[in-house]
Amino acid sequence: MKSRRYGAAFAILAALLLILLAMNLCIGSVNIPLSEILHILMKNSGSDTYTDIVMNIRFPRALAAAVLGGGLALAGYLLQTFFHNPIAGPFTLGISSGAKLVVALVMVASLGNALRLSSWVMIAAAFVGAMICMGFVILMSSVIEQMAMLIVSGVMIGYICSAVTDFIVTFAEDADIVNLHNWSKGSFSGMTWENVKVMVLVTGIASIGVFLLSKPISAYEMGEAYAANMGLNVKSFRVLLVLLSSVLAACVTAFAGPVSFVGIAVPHLVKWLLGTARPILLIPACFLGGSVFCLFCDLLARTMFSPTELSISTVTAVFGAPVVIYIMIHRRREKAA
Amino acid sequence: MREDYFYTEGLTVGYQGVPLIREIAFQLKKGEILTLIGPNGAGKTTILKSLIRQLKPLAGVVVLEGQKTGEMSGRDFARKLSVVLTERVRPEMMTCKEVVATGRYPYTGKFGVLSKEDWKIVDEAVRLVHIEDLAERDFTKTSDGQKQRVMLARALCQQPDILVLDEPTSFLDIRYKLEFLSIIQEMARNDRLTVILSLHELDLAERISDKVLCVRGDRIDRFGTPEEIFCGDYISELYGMTAGHYDAGTGELELQPVSGAPKVFVIAGGGRGKAVFRRLQRQGMPFAAGILWENDLDYPSAKALAVQTVAVRTFSAVDAEHIEKAKGLIDSCEIVLTVFGRTEWAKLPDGLKEILAYAEEKGKLTEQ
Repeated sequence: MKSRRYGAAFAILAALLLILLAMNLCIGSVNIPLSEILHILMKNSGSDTYTDIVMNIRFPRALAAAVLGGGLALAGYLLQTFFHNPIAGPFTLGISSGAKLVVALVMVASLGNALRLSSWVMIAAAFVGAMICMGFVILMSSVIEQMAMLIVSGVMIGYICSAVTDFIVTFAEDADIVNLHNWSKGSFSGMTWENVKVMVLVTGIASIGVFLLSKPISAYEMGEAYAANMGLNVKSFRVLLVLLSSVLAACVTAFAGPVSFVGIAVPHLVKWLLGTARPILLIPACFLGGSVFCLFCDLLARTMFSPTELSISTVTAVFGAPVVIYIMIHRRREKAA
Repeated sequence: MREDYFYTEGLTVGYQGVPLIREIAFQLKKGEILTLIGPNGAGKTTILKSLIRQLKPLAGVVVLEGQKTGEMSGRDFARKLSVVLTERVRPEMMTCKEVVATGRYPYTGKFGVLSKEDWKIVDEAVRLVHIEDLAERDFTKTSDGQKQRVMLARALCQQPDILVLDEPTSFLDIRYKLEFLSIIQEMARNDRLTVILSLHELDLAERISDKVLCVRGDRIDRFGTPEEIFCGDYISELYGMTAGHYDAGTGELELQPVSGAPKVFVIAGGGRGKAVFRRLQRQGMPFAAGILWENDLDYPSAKALAVQTVAVRTFSAVDAEHIEKAKGLIDSCEIVLTVFGRTEWAKLPDGLKEILAYAEEKGKLTEQ
């Protein structure tokens, strides 16, 4: 009975993933028929302009949205687990913005020196930024008891980091600044195959790591004292949670800038779809859900007001923020009951 | 080698290097039940936390089956000892049965998937604690008392040798308090489960414990059998009781007595006077009582609540002195109450008959 529901949930997510992937390849300023796409993907040939659009622009972009969306959902899930807080996420805790700030600093510094930045340097910079903010939030969480206040402090950190980033971006003198500007608002555009390779590697390894943690996560959800009594080394487990969530959030930010609400909305939507919060099922479903969510949002961002492109966060916020509001109301009602 | 199954030696516990309680030493045999009692904030929870390795002891050792618990691996320790804590648990979207199943954690593989065998043990634990009707309910939607029983089932399906419970009966109503402790007692007796728990209910502590550890602020005041602990005025002293009275013999509590010159004299006995004493206390009426034998069921309450009690030593006869004292009190009181109906008078001891007659003669006697 239950396992049938799990199967159905995974089937729905997989089907949505394929459909949205196809739509992302087909739809755009030039609409390409699906048969043509399949032709290009299979034989890597066909009309030259179409091949160029699909293979160099749409396909890497769609893959990036799928991979980074999955990573972002997992990062959110890990942070919610870590802080025992349903509205924690890389964006609400300011971690994305911290990563963004350090990446922007490194970018601007290197632009001046006319250096090409590799994907690895970007990720490293983002990771440093993420860890700094994460450290700060953990420090705050030891002082602040209320979960809402923790989020408020996280959002404030995010604003400060964003303000500094905007300042840097505004005064940076370079033609590439347009790209930088797009990136600092959050966007999946301009992905190269080299980018995609690196993000698949990093996100893939981190996600497998998260999946391997599904048993200790289930123990940790029972509270630290009980988890310790079940034989879990709580300290090292917490360190792993912080590292993995920071790597995932950093990887996303390095390539796509800050993307809001995916980390909060997706785990909750997926839990609702699965009807369970068991980590061993939830973790893969979260990844799929994040991919689907970001592919869907990126499709809208590209096509709604084409040729003008919306920033990805604008679209994710429209669908993600109501979920957060629902969670807060729901929890209040639960407390009152 | 020592023969004790579980013991501590020179154990000092506290937070962040600051010692709270020093030199804790107790010894338990397999299958014994140890209860920690003591006033609020005395450090019962701190001691329990140190026993379950949640707090690192500042000094001394905890030894289980000849092995220091601090040297055991997390998994080994989890298979030996399980806990029921006061900490609130809010697992998301889990049925009570799934919560119980988390107790199998130290036995499952890398991904924590339960085998058929594991589920059987879970079902057994559910049956043992009588929570079959809760099994499929959402854990977060159950009452505190129900949660507590689910957590006991969880702890039991961890198949421990030692069970540690921090104030497990706090949220339970009287029926479940008794049921909960009965399950623990049965497990201790039949499966030789060693149990360490803290309790606020002294009457229950006295009945269930093989050993009692009295925690008092910075030290362990006493360690011994319930017979050694629950006697005399020790409990009042341990808790620093300033108002009311706890009777170690019956485990009964009385509120603060009313002081002043007695206005009512109560002639009672056989346990029927208690209600009268307590009603007078509630009404704020100072009273005296007599003549009571010291083994009478009414005697502890009378002693705790009456301004003055005319008492006769157990198995002794009433002598003239008692009669005079009682008559004196009847003279000074405005009303004399008795629980004895007129038809019963004939069967009463002579001393009682005499003072009843005296009270009637004075026109003060009222039957309850």
